[in-house]
Amino acid sequence: MSDLLYDADEEALRDTVRTLLATHAPWQRTLAAVDGDDPYDATLWRRLVDQLGVTGLAVPAEHGGAAAGFREVAVVLEELGRAVAPVPFLGAAVATRALLACAEHTLLRRLAAGECDVTMAIGFATAPDLATAADFATGPEARPAPVTVGPGPTLTGRVSGVADAVPHGLLLVPAGDALYVIDAAEPAVRMSAVVSLDATRPLVDIEFTAAAARPIATGAAAADAVTAALTAGAALLASEQVGLAQWCLDTTVAYVRQRHQFGRPVGSFQAVKHRLADVWVELTEARAVARYAADRLGAGGPEAALAAALAQAYCGPVAVRAAEVCVQLHGGIGFTWEHPAHLYLKRAKSAAIAFGTADRHRAALARLVDLPPPVTATAPPGAAVR
Amino acid sequence: MSDHTADGLRALVAAFLDTHDPNGDRLGFLRARFDAGLAWVQHPPGRGGLGAPPQLQAVVDDAFAAAGAPDNQPRRNSIGLGMAAPTLLRHASDAQCRRWLRPLWTGEEVWCQLFSEPDAGSDLASLRTRAVPDGDDWVIDGQKVWTSLAHEARWAILLARTDPAAPKHHGITYFVCDMTAPGVQVRPLRQATGEAEFNEVFLTGVRVPDAHRIGAVGQGWQIARTTLMNERVAIGGRPLPREGGMVGVLARLWRERPELRTAGLHDEVLRAWVGAEAARLAALRLRQLIAAGEPGPEGSAVKLSFAELSQRISGLEVELRGSEGLRHDDWTMRRPTEPDLLGRTATYRYLRARGNSIEGGTSEILRSIIAERVLGLPTEPRVDR
Repeated sequence: MSDLLYDADEEALRDTVRTLLATHAPWQRTLAAVDGDDPYDATLWRRLVDQLGVTGLAVPAEHGGAAAGFREVAVVLEELGRAVAPVPFLGAAVATRALLACAEHTLLRRLAAGECDVTMAIGFATAPDLATAADFATGPEARPAPVTVGPGPTLTGRVSGVADAVPHGLLLVPAGDALYVIDAAEPAVRMSAVVSLDATRPLVDIEFTAAAARPIATGAAAADAVTAALTAGAALLASEQVGLAQWCLDTTVAYVRQRHQFGRPVGSFQAVKHRLADVWVELTEARAVARYAADRLGAGGPEAALAAALAQAYCGPVAVRAAEVCVQLHGGIGFTWEHPAHLYLKRAKSAAIAFGTADRHRAALARLVDLPPPVTATAPPGAAVR
Repeated sequence: MSDHTADGLRALVAAFLDTHDPNGDRLGFLRARFDAGLAWVQHPPGRGGLGAPPQLQAVVDDAFAAAGAPDNQPRRNSIGLGMAAPTLLRHASDAQCRRWLRPLWTGEEVWCQLFSEPDAGSDLASLRTRAVPDGDDWVIDGQKVWTSLAHEARWAILLARTDPAAPKHHGITYFVCDMTAPGVQVRPLRQATGEAEFNEVFLTGVRVPDAHRIGAVGQGWQIARTTLMNERVAIGGRPLPREGGMVGVLARLWRERPELRTAGLHDEVLRAWVGAEAARLAALRLRQLIAAGEPGPEGSAVKLSFAELSQRISGLEVELRGSEGLRHDDWTMRRPTEPDLLGRTATYRYLRARGNSIEGGTSEILRSIIAERVLGLPTEPRVDR
C-alpha cells in the first residue's frame, strides 16, 4: 500500500527547502525579477543545486546521486510551488526520468553533481499520451517534436513552448525514432524567449539548424523514455500545484481574518467561509492524489500512468480554483500587480495546461480504466433531420 | 502488563482462541472477548480494552476474522458503537460503563440517539424537550425526530433541557433513556424513498433515573460535542477498493451498456470517477494519519465529499439509464436497518443520496465547522448566546 504521508526525512527536506526559499526567494524578489531581463533566478538555482543537491535526489547512489527518489523530488516541488520560485527544477526532474529510462549514467552523474542543466526539448503542454511508441511509429507529424534527422546525425527543426530550458544547458530532443542530446550552447541551436503567461516559468522556442546530436536511445526504448519523462512531469507537477494551492489558501485565510468591512472581519461572512472550506476540502484530496502519484512514479508501469493521469485530471483544476479564490477574496488588492496573487494565478493556469489539460488526462484515464467513449454512429448518406 | 505490539496482540488473540471456540456460542464468545480486553483495545482494562495504541485494533480484528470468529455486526448498532460508546467512555461513571458497554459492544443492546427535534435541527442547542427533577428521577416530555434505529433500540442517548432560564448552551443535560420505558412512543417517519429508516419519538412523562444522567446537570452540550465529533469522524469501517462504492455501479453500467453512452455523459462519468478516486485516496490518507497518531481534521472533508459525490454519481446514473431511469422498483413502506444502496434501482440511490448532505450535519454546517475549527476563521455574529 502506498504511504500517502510524509516521512521524517521528507519533512526535514521540506523544512530545509522552505527556510532557504524564505531567505532567498521572497515573493518581492520574484515579482521584481518578472519585470527584469532574466526571470530565472540563477543564484537561487545554484543554492538549491549546490547546497541541497536537489538535482541528485532521484539519481541512484552508484551514479552519484542522493538515492532518495521522486517522493522527495515531489516535496521539493511543493515548496517551490508555494514560493512560485523561478528555478528550472521541474524540467530537470522530468529529464532525470528520461535519463534513468535510457540508463544514461554519465549524464545522470553530471546532473546530480550540478555540473549541467538538462531539459526535454518538448512543448510544455505535451501530454504523456502524445508520446507513445505508436506515435513514434506513425510519422514525424504525430510526434511531440517535429524535428528531422540529417546525416551526422544532426537535427533540424523547431520546438515551441519549451519550459525550463536554460542557456548553456543540455537538451533531450526526440526526433525520428530516437532520443538525442544536444548542447544548447551550440551556435546551431537558437533559443528565443516567449512572453509567457507564467513569467516565473519562462518558455522558449528552440530552432535547430543542423545541430550536432548524440542519440541516447532508439526505437521503443526512446519512445518509452519520452513517455516515462512526460508521465513523471504530470505526476510531479501535481505536488507543485498542491504547494501553490496551500499558499493561496493560507494567505487568503490570513487576509480575511484581519480585513474588516461592515464592522467585522470579512472572514466571518458565511459566503467567504464556505468558499475557503471548499478550497480546503479540494486541497486535502489533491494532497492525497499528489502523494499517490509521486509514490507510484518510482514503481513505473500502468499504475504510475494511471496515478499521473489522475493527478493532472484532479490537481490542476484545484490549484486554479485556489488561485482564483485567492484573487477574489483579496478584493481590490488581489487584482493589483503589487500583490503576489497574480503570480500564483498565472502559475496555476499555466500549470493546468502543462503536460496536458485535465480533459486530456480524463481521456487517458478513459483508456486506462476501460471507460471508453461512445461509438460514433455514422449517419447514413442523405439522412436528414425530420 | 501485556505486550502492546502487533505481535503481542496476535499472541493474545491466539491464546484467547485456544480457550474459546469461535464456532461455539456466539454471544458467549463475544462477551468473553470483551472481558479479555480485545473488543476495542485502546480503551482501559475493564472497559473492553487493554490501553493499547488504537492502530492495533485492526491487527486484533484481522486475527479474529482470520480464525473465522463471529463479529459484533457493527452495522446493526452503528449509533451505539460510533457515538454512544465513545461518549460513555469519556464521560460516564464506572458503574454506568459496567452496565452499558459490554452489551452495547456485543450487539445485545442496540442504541439510538434522541438529539434532533422538529424545531432544533442544525441549531441543535435550541432543543426544547424538558427534563424536570422528581425525587430520584427526571421526568421527560418532548418530541425527537430523525431517530435511526429507534424501533430496534433498547437504549437512547438523550439531550433534554433542565434549565430553561439558562443561556441555551448551558441549560442542557445528557441522559441515557430506556426505550422500553412507559411514555416512549416510536412512530416510523417515512422518507422520500418510500421506506422509513428514521422515526419520530414522542416522550410523554418518561421517567429516567438520575443514575442514568451522564456528567453534571447543565453539561450536556459539552458532552454532546464528543458524540457529534465522533459521528462526523466515523468513516466507513474498511478501506474501499477502487470503484468500491457507487462509482463502481456507474462504471460497470457504462462498460456493459455501450448503447447508453453519449459524449457529454462520458465526460461527466470520467469527472465522477476522478472525484471518487480522489476522495478514496483522501480517506486512505486520513486512515494513515490516524494510524500514525496524528488525527487530522480531514474527517469532515471526507464526509462532505462523500455526500456530494454520491449525489452527483447517483443522479448521473439515473440520467445515463435514460427511459429506464423513469422506473422505480418499489414504493412499499419498509423498515430497513440500513439503506440498501447497491441492491435497488438507480432511482433509489438517487433519492437516498439526497439525505447524505443533511444527515450527520448538513454540508452547510460542515463547511462552517471547517472554516471555523480548521481554518480558524471568526464565527458569525450571533444573537442567541
